[in-house]
Amino acid sequence: MMKPTDTKNPNYYHKVVDCQWACPAHTPVPEYIRLIAQRKYTEAYMINWESNVFPGVLGRTCDRPCEPACRRVRVDEEPVAICRLKRAAADNKSDVSGLLPEIPNQKNGKKIAMIGGGPASLTVARDLMPLGYDCTVYEKDPQAGGLMRTNIPSFRLPVGVIDEEVDRILDFGVVKKFNQEVKSLKVILDEDYDAIFVGTGAPKGKDLNVPGRHEASDNIHVGIDWLTSVAFKHIDKIGQRVVVIGGGNTAMDCCRTSLRLGGKDVKVTVRSPKSDMKASDWEIEEAELEGIPIFDNHSPKEFIHENGKLKGVLFEKMKAEYNDGKRTLTATGETVLFECDDVLLAIGQENAFPWIERDIGIEFNQWEQPIVDKTTFQSTQPRVFFGGDAAWGPENIIWAVAHGHQAAISIDNFCQNKDLKDRPSPLTNLVSQKMGIHEWSYPNDISNDDRFAVPHADIETSLTDLNLEVELGYDEKLAFDEAQRCLNCDIQTVFTENLCIECDACVDICPIDCINFTQNDTEENLRKKLTVPALNLTQDILVSDSLKTGRVMVKDEDMCLHCGLCAERCPTGAWDMQKFTYIESHAKKSTISEYVE
Amino acid sequence: MTFIKKPIFRHPSLPTNAIGLTYRDYEGVVSTLCAGCGHDSITASIIDACFELSLPAHKIAKLSGIGCSSKTPNYFLNNAHGFNSVHGRMPSVATGANLANRDLTYIGVSGDGDTASIGLGQYCHAIRRQLNLTYIVENNGTYGLTKGQFSATNDKNSKNKRGMDNPFGSIDLAVMAIELGAGFVARSFSGDKEQLVPLIKAALDYDGFALIDVISPCVTFNNHGYSTKSYDYIREHRSVFGDLDFVPEEETINTSYAEGESISLKLHNGREINFKKLGVDHDPTNQHKVINILRENRAEGKVTTGLLYIDPNKSDLHQTLKTSNTPLNALAMDDLCPGNDYIDNINNLFR
Repeated sequence: MMKPTDTKNPNYYHKVVDCQWACPAHTPVPEYIRLIAQRKYTEAYMINWESNVFPGVLGRTCDRPCEPACRRVRVDEEPVAICRLKRAAADNKSDVSGLLPEIPNQKNGKKIAMIGGGPASLTVARDLMPLGYDCTVYEKDPQAGGLMRTNIPSFRLPVGVIDEEVDRILDFGVVKKFNQEVKSLKVILDEDYDAIFVGTGAPKGKDLNVPGRHEASDNIHVGIDWLTSVAFKHIDKIGQRVVVIGGGNTAMDCCRTSLRLGGKDVKVTVRSPKSDMKASDWEIEEAELEGIPIFDNHSPKEFIHENGKLKGVLFEKMKAEYNDGKRTLTATGETVLFECDDVLLAIGQENAFPWIERDIGIEFNQWEQPIVDKTTFQSTQPRVFFGGDAAWGPENIIWAVAHGHQAAISIDNFCQNKDLKDRPSPLTNLVSQKMGIHEWSYPNDISNDDRFAVPHADIETSLTDLNLEVELGYDEKLAFDEAQRCLNCDIQTVFTENLCIECDACVDICPIDCINFTQNDTEENLRKKLTVPALNLTQDILVSDSLKTGRVMVKDEDMCLHCGLCAERCPTGAWDMQKFTYIESHAKKSTISEYVE
Repeated sequence: MTFIKKPIFRHPSLPTNAIGLTYRDYEGVVSTLCAGCGHDSITASIIDACFELSLPAHKIAKLSGIGCSSKTPNYFLNNAHGFNSVHGRMPSVATGANLANRDLTYIGVSGDGDTASIGLGQYCHAIRRQLNLTYIVENNGTYGLTKGQFSATNDKNSKNKRGMDNPFGSIDLAVMAIELGAGFVARSFSGDKEQLVPLIKAALDYDGFALIDVISPCVTFNNHGYSTKSYDYIREHRSVFGDLDFVPEEETINTSYAEGESISLKLHNGREINFKKLGVDHDPTNQHKVINILRENRAEGKVTTGLLYIDPNKSDLHQTLKTSNTPLNALAMDDLCPGNDYIDNINNLFR
């Protein structure tokens, strides 16, 4: 027999909001999408800013773990364009300077150092500055931003967007130690910092040691270093024929940048089948749209050169076989030569800590990775915290932000002599959306439209200008139309047993057949005997207490459209549509509630 | 009333029937009845029954009179033929339609006012003639559309929402139908689809007049504590008269009842209906016994539901009238007009 579901547990309803649950920073997605539809772009932006710090950047570059999770894909082909809606909020907002947290003039006397000026460190600074901490950022490059600035080309992410969102934090009064590469953590530890945050990312591009690599090195570049040089304008051209080796997002950025720096014949080669490429689908799509061919199952064998002058790359064709989901790549013996002038290597990156002394209390594991607590982000040296790619290897910006928030909580606790395991609980709220007998304060008449494509700049022009942003973003009309596709999964179907008269009205109207009245049973049996069996075990079922007839109400959360028709057809109000607000706690008390309607 | 359209999105794992449709292909527009109305559950049951029988909607005609109940054909089978007729006159229109085209399946939806008051005469004669029609009475004992006056099926011991007594006794449509010679008489409850859906399936398959009197609580005017047609009252006072197991022709007959516990009846169209027996005395083909049981139960305050009475060998109106097997509306000029020569011959007989 199943017990009634405990909806008081903040995770129960949070899990129903699939996008927010999937987001590492737990950004309240449906809430800001509704605000966009109401043209409240500034409010939508601020909700994002509180949660993910770089909405303008992420609205263009996020890896969007929210989108595959989007409930819409369970009933429609494509998810809501959550990421690009975020950008619409950033593009259309008005001045937010008056909405930023106040930075106390009277500091709290604690000094924090951040090593590396990327998204993780900046998030820590964002959270700690309003609390009165004195924050110093060390950055080896002349400007902060980390990989957002160095590795993402400006036709995807304009410099102005980075400047705006990075400077907003720096302008809180962060002490900038730029152009200063930290060569020894010991030196920093010996200064008077109360805590140190390491957010140095994963800046070491992997090399490819095959014959000819050394001899032809003048024309073989490590992708992320090359992109950095392009970003800082140290490089402004490339040979006409370019081979990019690798299948991740860096490879896509390398090939598209090459086209804009004079490349005429640019190819991407991948060792694995195309379907296994690591790059996001949409990045691959964009590269192909620009006419770049992708050669899969090509494994680089040798760099061909004449007296050190690169002539081409010799590849061996591979064959992929799958057995029980495990892939094996075998060489076919067939080789192919791609002639080229330059090669860009984009076969992965890693973090590296040659600058951290091994005798200062920071333990490293067998792979030379620092041992970092998964919850507190503290290393084995209590004053030193890690986050972003520096902690556990390459992820993406949104993870770095999530790490930054958590590390800031730990640093605050640490500096205030509180237990690091004592994490603040999230702020949750549940409010009825009923306005009238059949009127709700959220748009429940969802659109049946397919996902709207983001308009692009003219392809001919964009290929000639490295700084011309390819995606133009949604205009207000498109943003509104796309926002109407959101199912509002944060508007929960809340059931009150003692009001139910078991009239079946909700069962009859539910467009997705997720409501059932049946005899109680074990979860396994209940899931099987529903009108449409609830076979997606990653989604919970909502089970009521016993009703008058002895039956229970069982609702499969999996497919629910949150259309509110159950509540509209309920004569007694046993069903109500209630907005669930979940706000992740940060070191600085969140002000999101000011924007949540 | 709901203002938005029901979303077109449906569960991707929704089962399909023999003609490749999901139950949602049998829906109509969203109901405009009060939230919680029993009629909406009957609508859902009709949809389920037609879906499960894999009936093609364009071979069905749905007819109704006037009243809350008579609005409901708009809420199911969007692709069926429909006629929303005059108050109490649904049986006449159904008779005409049925005589013109015997190939369609006829579903008549009526209410307690439409049937037991203004349409009582029409009701009686449709039964007397064995019109091949599934006649569903959505019976809530009240005139909901005119703000809750007692209807002719409201029980004497029931009161209205404001506590007024009902001065008159009630008409029992099921007993009346048995008396008048209906071949298929059932009573059910809108809150029990497990009982109602098989009854509708069996009724749709029955050749002849099939009545299903469905107690369907009116949440707005007749669902209070001293109503005898409220959800709670029916759940407390219901006596189930044998579970129905309807076996369509194409399915293997496989009943789960032990021998002696069930009765199997073959309909004259070859299909079969199985019942679980309530007691040794229970024989749904014995008119007198059934009427006695219904009266006894009623005296004890019980509402008897289930397939109450069935005569598997009744002939329907077309058989009685010996009409042509080809529907009348499909008879061509050649069939209908014998030609000038033949008519001249006939005329000559009288010269």
